[in-house]
Amino acid sequence: MSTAIVQRIVYGLLLLIAVITLNFLLIQLAPGDVVDVLLTEAGGGDPAVAAQIRAAYGLDQPVYVQLLTYLAKMLTGDLGYSYYFDEPVLSLLLDALPATVMLVLSALLLAMVIGTLLGVIAALRPQGLSSHIVTVLSLLGYATPVFWLGMMVLLLFSQYLPWFPAFGMRTIPMPETPLARALDVLHHMVLPTFTLSILYLASYSRLSRASMLDVLGSDYIRTARSKGLAEYVVIFKHALKNAALPIVTIAGLQVGSVFSGAVLVETVFSLPGVGPLLYESILRRDYPVMLGVLFGAAVTTVVANIITDLVYRVLDPRIRGIS
Amino acid sequence: MNTGAGDRPVLEVDGLSVDFTVRKRQVRILSDVGFSIGRGETLGIIGESGCGKSMTALSLMGMVPSPPGRISAGRILLNGEDLCAASESRMRAIRGRNISMIFQEPMTSLNPVYTVGNQIAETIRRHKGLSGADALAEAVDLLRLVHIPAPDKRVSAYPHELSGGMRQRVMIAMALACEPDVLIADEPTTALDVTVQAQIFDLLREIQDARGTAIVLITHDFGAVSEMADRVIVMYAGHKIEEGSLDEVSDDARHPYTQGLLRCMPEIRARARERRQPLPEIPGVVPDLLKGLTGCPFASRCPSAMDRCRELPPSFALAPQRAVKCWLADASAAPGEQPA
Amino acid sequence: MSEAQEPTVPPVRFDDPADVPEVRWRVTAAMFYGNKAAVLGIAVLAAILLVGLFGPLLLQADPFAIVGAPLTAPGELRPLGTDYLGRDVLAGMIHGTRPTLIVALSATAFTVVIGLSVGAVAGFYGGRIDNLLMRITEFFQVLPPLVFAMVIVAIMGAHFMTVIIAIGVTTWTNLARLTRAEFLKIKEREFVLADRAIGVRDSRLILRVLLPNALPPLIIAVTLQTGLTIIYEAALSFLGLTDPDIMTWGKMIGLSRDFFFDAWWSVTFPGLAILLTTLCIALIGDGLNDAFNPRLRGR
Repeated sequence: MSTAIVQRIVYGLLLLIAVITLNFLLIQLAPGDVVDVLLTEAGGGDPAVAAQIRAAYGLDQPVYVQLLTYLAKMLTGDLGYSYYFDEPVLSLLLDALPATVMLVLSALLLAMVIGTLLGVIAALRPQGLSSHIVTVLSLLGYATPVFWLGMMVLLLFSQYLPWFPAFGMRTIPMPETPLARALDVLHHMVLPTFTLSILYLASYSRLSRASMLDVLGSDYIRTARSKGLAEYVVIFKHALKNAALPIVTIAGLQVGSVFSGAVLVETVFSLPGVGPLLYESILRRDYPVMLGVLFGAAVTTVVANIITDLVYRVLDPRIRGIS
Repeated sequence: MNTGAGDRPVLEVDGLSVDFTVRKRQVRILSDVGFSIGRGETLGIIGESGCGKSMTALSLMGMVPSPPGRISAGRILLNGEDLCAASESRMRAIRGRNISMIFQEPMTSLNPVYTVGNQIAETIRRHKGLSGADALAEAVDLLRLVHIPAPDKRVSAYPHELSGGMRQRVMIAMALACEPDVLIADEPTTALDVTVQAQIFDLLREIQDARGTAIVLITHDFGAVSEMADRVIVMYAGHKIEEGSLDEVSDDARHPYTQGLLRCMPEIRARARERRQPLPEIPGVVPDLLKGLTGCPFASRCPSAMDRCRELPPSFALAPQRAVKCWLADASAAPGEQPA
Repeated sequence: MSEAQEPTVPPVRFDDPADVPEVRWRVTAAMFYGNKAAVLGIAVLAAILLVGLFGPLLLQADPFAIVGAPLTAPGELRPLGTDYLGRDVLAGMIHGTRPTLIVALSATAFTVVIGLSVGAVAGFYGGRIDNLLMRITEFFQVLPPLVFAMVIVAIMGAHFMTVIIAIGVTTWTNLARLTRAEFLKIKEREFVLADRAIGVRDSRLILRVLLPNALPPLIIAVTLQTGLTIIYEAALSFLGLTDPDIMTWGKMIGLSRDFFFDAWWSVTFPGLAILLTTLCIALIGDGLNDAFNPRLRGR
């Protein structure tokens, strides 16, 4: 079991090296290089100075040397320097990424738990009201743009009904006690988390309904009933754990998509995550930050995939191999 | 083997009928089925797929899928208690304790995400109220009882780590956990290799001898019946068409369907195989119950069909526990009304 | 589909006669048209397409033109109001229909081409090619699609074509996996083995034998992908990563982003247009799903 995890982590690292290589290629694709951007920002400069800076950055070296240097730098945590923010990209990322990861995780967990429960309830009455709710919800969840939903939620619950703050992650000035501060952050995070999770909740409820219907028709459920077990034991012990397997798989595959949604939600709600950072860096053509965010996003999905793998292993003994 | 011949039967089924609602129409899946089993006795129920034998088993367990199904008539007496009248919670207390069942597919009948020990102990905890550790210890004993090697290790194995035969042994251990009065075995060996089949039958017989469990063996295979059963009932299209002891049915079948069934069994007609005759088959197909049959359900395939077969024959009792549902057995019939 | 002129032996089939493709497709079509929600979806989508085709002719207005006071609420003259610069929201929506649909359809087409090719080649050849292509697919799945697309558009410049490329490059993986899975299933079927045995060329096997048999799930997936692409393009436009000369629904929302508390109509209506369009596509997708898999109805 542990070798499988080590393999999985090594594979994740290889994927990240591939992402760094991609980043490097993207820099090569960009019209002009860092130096051009720097000089343009500085209002132009003479070619001799440009050549000097290029040499300092190693840009006069052959491409493969540049790639290796770049890889080495990235892997040692040197993600470059943002000329616009005037700060190392790594520290920018470390400031922004936790908020985003928190949003992604809480939205995904909320969606999985509530979506699965809703799906289970619906599966117990395949033609009942809850099933219709799941169907309608999943259609709307598929069809609604998350950033627009965020705006609608703001109009409704922040403007029309002023229940929740519209922007940011905390009230300024910050409340005194740690508890009040935590509650304040929570208050700010309700709408963004709800916005992001509701769409995935919809799709998980449908998935879990289908998966549950599948499982409820299986032979081992009949066996469980033949043992005289109470119906809730049959549903929550025997059926749910099996029905959860495809949901865990899909959730793992969707981390990237949820991350994308988080970028949009952060932009709408002005949360201090990677969304606004990415947006700003694109406006300023700040390539190191842009690519740093892409790298940070890739790290997040790789880690999330490894975690999903572990969860799946815990749930499904067949994957674990013969013990 | 028939230890309890004089006693009251453990299980008595009388006039059992099951209806299904299919596209808003009532279809009778099981019609007026009756039989009884004594302690330590094995009753074989034989028939083609779709003849109602599995539905009979589910009725005994109180597990007829509902909707669309429903027991519409009859009584199922287990030690004198009518299961058809029992509440669902009473039925849950009986299921797995007084009457239990093993299924055809050992590969899929165990929950893949729990250890076999957990799944056996679960039944013990449910019905005997034992603690987790005690129940697990009993699970080990049960695995030993069904001859699973290294039971103290296998108790923490997952189903996928066991072979099909081993899994069926686990199913048997689970079914026997509370020493039930009646064990229903629905095609217990169909999915297994021939050698493993024989081992499973040996095991069932051994346990029956030791505990006096009554076994209802449901199968489409006359070989299995002749190996295991004391008495046999033959089912066709939801009807019990013939009943008798194993010898009576195999040597002196009265119903044309039973006769046809026996002709299809190479083991029974060894000489036919020596002459390298092709296996005969019964012409035609099982009738579609949706079409609302009147009369004898076998008439359309029957070589001896006659006018009278448009009317459903009653079950003619030839002797105690010996009956045939066919007009040919009607002693009062005029000699002129013999097969056309 | 026109039969090829090449003198090959007609493909041998050992299918059940009831499984003749023509019959199956006719049954599927009948089931689909029996589905009220799906037919409604088709009807509304057709209306939206008509607006996209003929709307600009009937309502000849420049969606970028300032026609009234900024932030005018919906009223008689401006049924859906004006945005923060005084541009007419209704005119923007009608003129935005065609570009929105064109970008979405082209990007979906690009996605489908990449996804089907990768999946088909991986599933058909298997072995090392499959392994390599699946590793590449996994690599792309590690990159959050929108973030990746934003970077691509930012680096390559915001043009019609780069938006399409960015969407295609970042969304093909699901289709590739699905196609591969279908191909793996179908390539073991008797009629494919028979065609292989008589030496039918690979390209012909893929395009004429495997692909048609893999179509039902792929049609559903492509339908649903189209809806996702509309939303995806809207997200990029919302972030300003779109061709500056094109008005799309997503861009209307993005332009009014900072003013929507003062003018709810400027973001609500374009969003509803997106929602309605994708909802129709979802209904059609559901209808197709039920029609292709009648036994799984309602799942």
